Amino acid sequence: MAEATFLDANELVLNMGPQHPATHGVLRVKLRLDGERVLGSECVIGYLHRGVEKIAENRTYAQFAPYTDRMDYVAAVTNGMGYCEAVEKLLGVELPPRAQWTRMILAELQRIASHLLWLGTHALDLGAMTPVFYTFREREEILNIFENYCGARLTTHAFRIGGLQYDLYDEFEADVRKFCDDLPGKIDEYEQLLTTNRIWMERTQGVGVLKPDDAIALGVTGPVLRGSGVQWDVRKAQPYEAYAQVAFDVPIGRHGDTYDRYLVRLQEMRQSVRIIRQCLERLEPGPILGKVGKIIKPPAGTEVYHSIEGPKGELGYFVVSDGTVNPYRVRIRPPSFLNLQALDKMIQGQLVADVVAIIGTIDIVLGEVDR
Amino acid sequence: MSDEPQSPPGGETPPKPAPSTAQGPSAPKPPAPAAPKPAPKPVVKPEPWSSPWLETLQSRFPGAISDPLIFRGQPYFTVAKEQLLSVAEFLKSEPGGGYVFLTDETAVDYPKREKRFEIIYLLYSFARNDRLRMKVLAAEGEPIPSVTAIWPAANWLEREIYDLFGVVFEGHPDLRRILMPEDWTGHPLRKDYDILRQDTAWVKAHLNIESGQ
Repeated sequence: MAEATFLDANELVLNMGPQHPATHGVLRVKLRLDGERVLGSECVIGYLHRGVEKIAENRTYAQFAPYTDRMDYVAAVTNGMGYCEAVEKLLGVELPPRAQWTRMILAELQRIASHLLWLGTHALDLGAMTPVFYTFREREEILNIFENYCGARLTTHAFRIGGLQYDLYDEFEADVRKFCDDLPGKIDEYEQLLTTNRIWMERTQGVGVLKPDDAIALGVTGPVLRGSGVQWDVRKAQPYEAYAQVAFDVPIGRHGDTYDRYLVRLQEMRQSVRIIRQCLERLEPGPILGKVGKIIKPPAGTEVYHSIEGPKGELGYFVVSDGTVNPYRVRIRPPSFLNLQALDKMIQGQLVADVVAIIGTIDIVLGEVDR
Repeated sequence: MSDEPQSPPGGETPPKPAPSTAQGPSAPKPPAPAAPKPAPKPVVKPEPWSSPWLETLQSRFPGAISDPLIFRGQPYFTVAKEQLLSVAEFLKSEPGGGYVFLTDETAVDYPKREKRFEIIYLLYSFARNDRLRMKVLAAEGEPIPSVTAIWPAANWLEREIYDLFGVVFEGHPDLRRILMPEDWTGHPLRKDYDILRQDTAWVKAHLNIESGQ
């Protein structure tokens, strides 16, 4: 009689990662499998933990701003924007209109760039080679605009507390306008490749369903929450900058599956173009910096929470001041961290191959999850 | 801090006129500065918060709610540890639009206070479109009831607080470290944990080097 081996067991534990191409970083997922079906999972994170919140306590308010770029490193502009706004709220600083409109333009460009990167890599994970070349072509144009504006493409540090670091360069409006004219046609191209593609639909429809109640209970935000049919966006619910003055729609999905989240993100890019066009109309010459002292010392014993709608969801900063030049505490609410918590719910009962699709559809950046 | 050339945090610098008074009474005293000081800047600080909604909450849980404050339009209050779960349950299922969404849960360390940790719950209500901050105080080693049964999102958030601050949550289904290595000693976000400090034994054992710096 043969001895029992691991093949006799009904459950198999499989490690995905931390070195795995489909995890978009160093994420390790321990899967409990019954054949090809996932019974349960556990995420192991922290490989990229750098102690960003600890660093914040040891830097001045202004010195910490560049560190925020290194969290969600594919969306540095929105990270810096959230932090600057939180400190501005703590100080009670008002921004001049030109700074607000510029910030919104750059933040929406960043949202498009982040979604483009997501679309390309997500499609690549599922075996569609072509979209990644297309989306990187458009993303390149956004990065060129960033580079012309502030000299950096990825870790931009585009804003400073109280307004903008630099005024816009001369051809900025023309560049952005051209991009906005081109992009909708390009999104149509992606849709031709994927939206009605039978393989794409089979790989994504009904995969990784997240019900709206579960999404809310697990603290999920951003396109993942909206894909589940909850029409909630920080830009609409609690507008910051001048989002209350622009018209845009908040697209939602119906089934909460991977396909719906794909549609939501594509629609969001179109809405971002709409927002940018309105911002360009309102952009007028003027000061770019509000009244903020050279040394930033918010009043002692005050604390403020401020959040923005980042490309991945609600990005919040909770800043506590003790009246010195260093923040007493900076807590960063990373959207990816909480969205990733819903992974277990989404992959239960799915096939191993779908796990790749579901990790991709959450759109995580481990630099932000681990901080 | 060590690599910053500028002055240490403003609050700790000694007041400038100190040396002149140290000369003693023999030195000719300059005439008392008669020039009136410029109008003192209004002190910006959190204001006491009151609202009919808060009064309802206070009458429902007598003695549980303390220090209701508001700053920049953001209200917050402290809740007694013993009544944390019942207040949380009430806030979530409140008829006027419950705070069903736990946006964030975090902690702040004030080592000089009797109860050094402030655990902060950031709640959001979709129906009211309103944010609310609730705090609970914890002394060193004092366990806090876990809210994972009320808001499942708290699972990883409480693990992170446990990991980085060393606050224990009672009734948490899976209280383990989440960001730091599981066998690390120390809790890095505590104020008495220096930024250059590390678990040297861990670094030696796992990385085979003397120091990670």
